[in-house]
Amino acid sequence: MSKIIASAAIKAAHVLVNRAEDMLEKAIAEKGKDFLFEFPDTAFYLPMIYAMTAFPVKTLADMKVALSMTKEMLHDEPEEKLWKPYLGEALDSGMATLFAEEIILALRYINGMEPCTDPETGYVYNGFITDTIQRNLGIQLVDGRMPGFAAIIGAAPDEDTAVKIVRELQEKNILIFLSGQAKDKNGQLTSVTRQLLKQNVALGWETYIVPLGPDTEHTLYALDWAIRASLIFGGKKPGDYKEHLKYQKDRVFAFALVLGELDDIKWSTGAGAINMGFPAVCDTDVPVIHPTGVCTYEHVDKEFDHSKIVQKVIEVRGLKVTVEKPPIPVSYGPAFEGERIRKEDMFIEFGGQRSPAFEWVRTKELHEIEDNKVIIVGTDVEERYKKGGLMPMAVVIDVAGRKMQKDFEAIIERKLHHNINEAQGLWHMGQRDIVWMRISNQAYKDGITLEHLGVIHNVMTHNRFKSIVDKVQVTIYVDEKDVLALQDEARKVYKERDHRLAGLTDESVDTFYSCLLCQSFAPSHVCVISPERLGLCGAYNWLDTKAAFEIDPTGGNQPIIKGEALDATRGRWAGVDNYLKSNSAGAVDSLNLYTIMDNPMTSCGCFECIVAIIPEANGIMLVQRGHTGMTPAGMKFSTLAGTVGGGTQNPGFMGIGVNFITSKKFLYADGGLRRIVWMTKNLKERLGEDFKKRAAEEGVPDLLDKIADESVAEDSEKLMEFLASVEHPALAMDPMF
Amino acid sequence: MDKTIKSADISAEKIIEWGEERKIETCFERAEQLKPCPIGESGACCKVCHMGPCRLVGKNAEEDARGVCGAQLPTIAARNMVRMIAAGTSAHSDHARDMAMTLLAAATGEAKDFKITDVKKLYRVADIIGIEFEGRPVNDVAKDVALKFIEDFGRQNGEINYAKRAPKKTQERWRKWGIVPRGIDREVVEAMHRTNIGVDHDPDHLLTHGLKVALADGWGGCMVSTDITDILFGTPRPVKAEASFGIFKEDEVNLIVHGHEPTLAEIIVDVASTSEMIEYAKTKGAKGINLGGMCCTANEVLMRHGIPTAGGFTNQELGVMTGLIDALTVDVQCIMPAIAELSKKFHTKIITTSRKAMIPGAVHVEYDEHHARETAEKIVRMAIDNYPNRTKQGSHITDKFPVVAGFSHEYIEYMQGGRWRGSFRPLNDAIMAGRIRGVVGLAGCDNPRVPSQGLHRYLATELIKNDILIVSTGCGSAACGTAGYLTPEMALEHAGPGLREVCEAIGIPPILHLGACVDNSRILTIATAMAAEGGLSDEIGGMPAVGIAPEWMSEKAIAIGCYFAASGFPVIFGGESPVGASKEVTRIMTEVWFERFMGALHFEPDPEKMLEMTLNYIDKARETLKLRKYEPGKFGAERVLMDMAARREIERAAAAPHAGVGGINESEN
Repeated sequence: MSKIIASAAIKAAHVLVNRAEDMLEKAIAEKGKDFLFEFPDTAFYLPMIYAMTAFPVKTLADMKVALSMTKEMLHDEPEEKLWKPYLGEALDSGMATLFAEEIILALRYINGMEPCTDPETGYVYNGFITDTIQRNLGIQLVDGRMPGFAAIIGAAPDEDTAVKIVRELQEKNILIFLSGQAKDKNGQLTSVTRQLLKQNVALGWETYIVPLGPDTEHTLYALDWAIRASLIFGGKKPGDYKEHLKYQKDRVFAFALVLGELDDIKWSTGAGAINMGFPAVCDTDVPVIHPTGVCTYEHVDKEFDHSKIVQKVIEVRGLKVTVEKPPIPVSYGPAFEGERIRKEDMFIEFGGQRSPAFEWVRTKELHEIEDNKVIIVGTDVEERYKKGGLMPMAVVIDVAGRKMQKDFEAIIERKLHHNINEAQGLWHMGQRDIVWMRISNQAYKDGITLEHLGVIHNVMTHNRFKSIVDKVQVTIYVDEKDVLALQDEARKVYKERDHRLAGLTDESVDTFYSCLLCQSFAPSHVCVISPERLGLCGAYNWLDTKAAFEIDPTGGNQPIIKGEALDATRGRWAGVDNYLKSNSAGAVDSLNLYTIMDNPMTSCGCFECIVAIIPEANGIMLVQRGHTGMTPAGMKFSTLAGTVGGGTQNPGFMGIGVNFITSKKFLYADGGLRRIVWMTKNLKERLGEDFKKRAAEEGVPDLLDKIADESVAEDSEKLMEFLASVEHPALAMDPMF
Repeated sequence: MDKTIKSADISAEKIIEWGEERKIETCFERAEQLKPCPIGESGACCKVCHMGPCRLVGKNAEEDARGVCGAQLPTIAARNMVRMIAAGTSAHSDHARDMAMTLLAAATGEAKDFKITDVKKLYRVADIIGIEFEGRPVNDVAKDVALKFIEDFGRQNGEINYAKRAPKKTQERWRKWGIVPRGIDREVVEAMHRTNIGVDHDPDHLLTHGLKVALADGWGGCMVSTDITDILFGTPRPVKAEASFGIFKEDEVNLIVHGHEPTLAEIIVDVASTSEMIEYAKTKGAKGINLGGMCCTANEVLMRHGIPTAGGFTNQELGVMTGLIDALTVDVQCIMPAIAELSKKFHTKIITTSRKAMIPGAVHVEYDEHHARETAEKIVRMAIDNYPNRTKQGSHITDKFPVVAGFSHEYIEYMQGGRWRGSFRPLNDAIMAGRIRGVVGLAGCDNPRVPSQGLHRYLATELIKNDILIVSTGCGSAACGTAGYLTPEMALEHAGPGLREVCEAIGIPPILHLGACVDNSRILTIATAMAAEGGLSDEIGGMPAVGIAPEWMSEKAIAIGCYFAASGFPVIFGGESPVGASKEVTRIMTEVWFERFMGALHFEPDPEKMLEMTLNYIDKARETLKLRKYEPGKFGAERVLMDMAARREIERAAAAPHAGVGGINESEN
């Protein structure tokens, strides 16, 4: 019964708090109470403690304060008979456990013990999950590519079972965190991480399998990751614990799969997770907690059949996963996109400057093509394929549909990369005529043929573009002369497309599109996407959203009729304002698309890049996600990001997609490109030629050289010196305020 | 010949028998000898003026009978009812007034023996009634809170402070029918005026004002008293204690606090545990001081300190008859004057302590909050001094039962999710999913006219078997406690499968002891929280919840029953109806009130019928709310699996009440 769980959780909380206290006293004795600590790359201190209590732990002395708060949550174990209620007390103990574990892991970092290395295999665990990774994943979290999160704790009875469970989760696009140990069926203490390593399963963020550490306590890293979703995307205030936990319950679809026997610490960590609405399903004969209310459905349940346990836990969490998989003999899904195929594992490759190859989507009339047909054109195709090695390849995808538009060709074409890459054992890079594809030995052994490439494109193009595409036909050419001949034709089309895209301006259309995809995590944020301003995540431009609306008229991208221009310079339209009023949960009622100073665009939290004002320089700086150094604004990216996300307007600060920087509308009303006084080297390199071209158009061809980067200045003083020395144009511009 | 069972409490029955053998008379015997006057019992006797008393009896009395002034039966029955409400309201509310005065005296430092114990609760209350509290000294806040509450008694116009605490829809009903109380005293006075000879004669009009008075009791007096008591002495959280006569100790000084007010008792709890007093007790040959309680003073100190209880109202004489009580202090309400006379046969000292209540034959040690500790010390010493006078005379019953009590609104919220996730969601979910069929407030007195405590116990066991969660107060709690029902094991052994699962998950008994009868106000705030949590009714009315007082006898019970009804609970009282003589009044209190307020007050002597009515009300409410049909052992939520599109709609959906599990979605299918 649940009293057993409560007793275990309450007991373990005492143990962990004592352990944290011992470790902390030792650390204070060694390093002094003012010793500073932060987890790698986070703006949120000890995130769980910070989100729940608003107390920022910065020093060892602060940890002591946090630990005393933790102690207030400790309780007595329920008695054998005539017990007093224990559920609230057990959940408090669960939270105490998370606090204590957070302090313990912080101290382990201080002592150089994190991230852990597996002594047996030498594998280095992930350890603390950075803000950058969290923001990088932003778009996946909302577009269905990562609908849920599994924390697998312990070990499967055997390696095969471990692989099977993980593969099933991967196929459902569930991000998997691994931690803890348990005995396998032979009584050997092991972990799912080790079991997977032994089966050569690729681990890491790319494959959706993230081993956090060898102990149960390391599960906290996953919970620390979850709680930052409400801080970053949800815009919930630190200390507003009710809101945070409601957000976790309603929007973060995480759950635990506990494999093998449970000890007290597993129970108490589980009790902590239940506070967040995350249930657990175990594969052993544990007491269950079925009545609902803290979690949406059952809190703790069991399932002995490992072939059913994944389905069961997904249901218990109330998660709906729809997976569309082509009929091919290998696993399929975004979790398999991250796999690399090294040369020695490669069976055959196409393109990559080694052989001519390209991909091309063409619009056809309905009667011209046969749906779902795959045509392979070439001599001795089968024989050559069986030999492996290298082949030329042209993949021509002909689509037809009543709602198909020329503009959508490029969008469909961009998805070809994912179509192929999501198949296990298939690898794909680039697009158009710089494409590079590999098929692994294993995939070949599993029965992947050339025809399957066509099948994948057929099925996935239908799936992704349901209401646009009525028919898809794929032709694959493998003879060099065919490939080269068609390539010329395709190149002509690529060029035409680029030209047309360049001509698309905000003035040339009467409709913008919204992107509400992130509202599952950031309920008040609305991206307004115009031809000259792409989404802040960098993943959606105006054409994408236009197509997305055609595909799903009630989906996350809706047309916004611009309406009357209220301020052409600042980019304000009556239609946009009206739309925001009714779709931002009351948070925003006016938007200026072309300025950072007055009602700028809000952010969900997964922006590629932050624009921040540097008042003393009369300009702005640009820093991209992942940059961990200091900036002249006096804040690192992670801290800046904390002030921008959550769907609020913050004049002077804004999250954007990188490509917006080279748009003519970038800060148009504020003076445009010339306002940039500092940007990271990484951005300079990424934008390179495009930036120079735009700068030339603006009449400042040498602008890039006048913009400071981290090699010149990481603080305001040095920045100002540099700007003065190069006579940066911003210094002579009108004041920003 | 079969012997009549007088008390369903076996220990009580043993003492009654022991007394009968010795010709010691108790309320049980007197009840047997003194049949109730059938005319007065049914509300047909009018004695509001001295032209009467007029008895409106006979065939077709409802239509044909007239009093001397011409008053008809419905008028007379309604007037009698309203006077009972007014009397009951004045009892709770006068108690509440004293609590408010004590809070004020504590805040100003005049009552040095009292302090603000629960600052958090003070702030919560301050927040509700609009008193600034952030950054202010605690005592300043407490003073303002006390003064604001004191306004509730003498306010002439406007609304009592807590009227706005009710669900909005409930308030709307009150406003529509004009029953939001202005000031407590004003409503009681107006009730007395209206029921005077020759004033208000329209039964509906009279009874509507009766509800206004009752609301002044529930959302005024009772709620104010509960909250101030929590502020002064701490908001209850679970405690373990014991119940029944076995709590008296043979080798210790037994000092028992009886009545309804907690203030003096709280100080006695403190004083009796000082080493000075314990040492003094030892000088008199006792091993220590055993503090116990009876009736609702017992409930107050049980809820907060785990002080054991010897039971409820009908146990008071029997307690004396154990011969083990060295001193029995009494304050106000439900104290039988019989105990003073009875105590002469034993060594027990009866000590009256309230300036409002004296009993011939008792010792009077008057308490006032300014000298609380002195009074308490005097009483404890009197008890100790009386210990050597204990004789062998007495029944010396030693049975007792363990009790888990202490379920305040705040703890009930906490227990469903802890400090971080506490809410009423799990309870609402459990009701929606059919694990819990409904909730019953089992309250009210115990009564020697039936096998005392028997109806409570019958209904308690039947209701939990039917997956109904019980919240109990007052002597209802005492009846369950002395039966051993207030234990978590009770759920495992006797609750229906759904209720058992919920009790197991949380670790609670299936019957939650909420406190004294004045703490019925906790049921009001709990129902309000359930309405706010969503998924059930959005007002108190319409909840699958019923109030039952199977053995009521006090006018206070009538006031409580009426404020429950006006708030939206169907209420079922046991025994013969005090308005039974008038069909019209009965109709108003059931049908008319239900239509207006979704509440009603029924009188039903047959316990099986009470149970049936309760289940009907609950199942009907479930049906109206489109909840899953209750089937024992079959429950569970209909899962709503969320894809990304559904998640984007959460914010929009949140504009509607939180759906929780199953229920709402199921109803849409």
